[in-house]
Amino acid sequence: MTEPTAATPQHRARRRRHGVVYGTVGVIGELLITLGLLLFGFLVWQLWWTDVQGNRAQAEIVREVVRETPPAASPSAGATEPAVKIAKPRHDAPPVLAEPKHATTFATMQVPRWDGEPERPISEGTDKATVLDVLGVGHYEGTAMPGDIGNFAVAGHRTTYAKPFNRILELKKGDPVVVRTVTLDGGPGTDTWYVYRVVSTQVVAPTQVDVIAPVPNDPSAKPTKRMMTMTTCHPMFSARERFIVHLELDYWAPVSSGTPAELVPGAKTPSADPTSTPSAKDS
Amino acid sequence: MYGWLWRHLPGPTAVRVLISAILVALVVVACFTWLYPAIAPYMPFNETTVGE
Repeated sequence: MTEPTAATPQHRARRRRHGVVYGTVGVIGELLITLGLLLFGFLVWQLWWTDVQGNRAQAEIVREVVRETPPAASPSAGATEPAVKIAKPRHDAPPVLAEPKHATTFATMQVPRWDGEPERPISEGTDKATVLDVLGVGHYEGTAMPGDIGNFAVAGHRTTYAKPFNRILELKKGDPVVVRTVTLDGGPGTDTWYVYRVVSTQVVAPTQVDVIAPVPNDPSAKPTKRMMTMTTCHPMFSARERFIVHLELDYWAPVSSGTPAELVPGAKTPSADPTSTPSAKDS
Repeated sequence: MYGWLWRHLPGPTAVRVLISAILVALVVVACFTWLYPAIAPYMPFNETTVGE
């Protein structure tokens, strides 16, 4: 140290002033570093932890929901037969659920194209706090219920909160989306499969709400078809646009009659002819 | 700030490191449980619902 041993009072005062300045700068620096780490932590939480939590919660909902179990294959079926009975498609007018109370989980959906994705619950309402962030897929209140004439419109997160519609871009025309209603009160439309197929996709501005009109994109028209519409964010990690998938009902079947062939790998859809049994069809 | 904290932690270096790690873990848990869920609705990329 080259400092003089006998520091004058002025020297000491200057050193103290310097100490205060450096200390303040140091604390500000540490606060900024801390803020950066907290923001990084937020990204980890938003992009990873909400998925972990959401997937756990939604799997729990699907596991706990009260519903019928589709029947197993008949005992006479050979080893080559699928382990479950295949439901016969019905093309007559399907039974339709009454719209349930807000945040009620009334159905689940499965998308065979999204191999590895779990079955997702569908609940009434589309607000984030009570439905989309915690219950998975949400049904736009006031739009048609599954199977009904009109537009059964649902929303789901593309990223974060278990991202049920993350792989929406993989859907191709003709792909099945299988909706299965739960037992609820056991009335019409409960415990029913509704198999929809993709007819078109579009990218729209968030303000373009006509995509969920009873006749998609034509709010004044009278609906005649049984449509379904899936909406989610586009592009990923942004809320700038919406990615929309329109589907149309292919067939329906009671859960008690079996499982749709779309959900059974290697199974063929049996004909709607009541005289042909699924096992006779497959052999 | 952190220097002050470090000087006021008791025990030898190993114990101080352990206490620091526990404190950091507590802060992370508190953020994941309360802070981040509370601020998430105000993030611009979370305006996701159509038609609102």
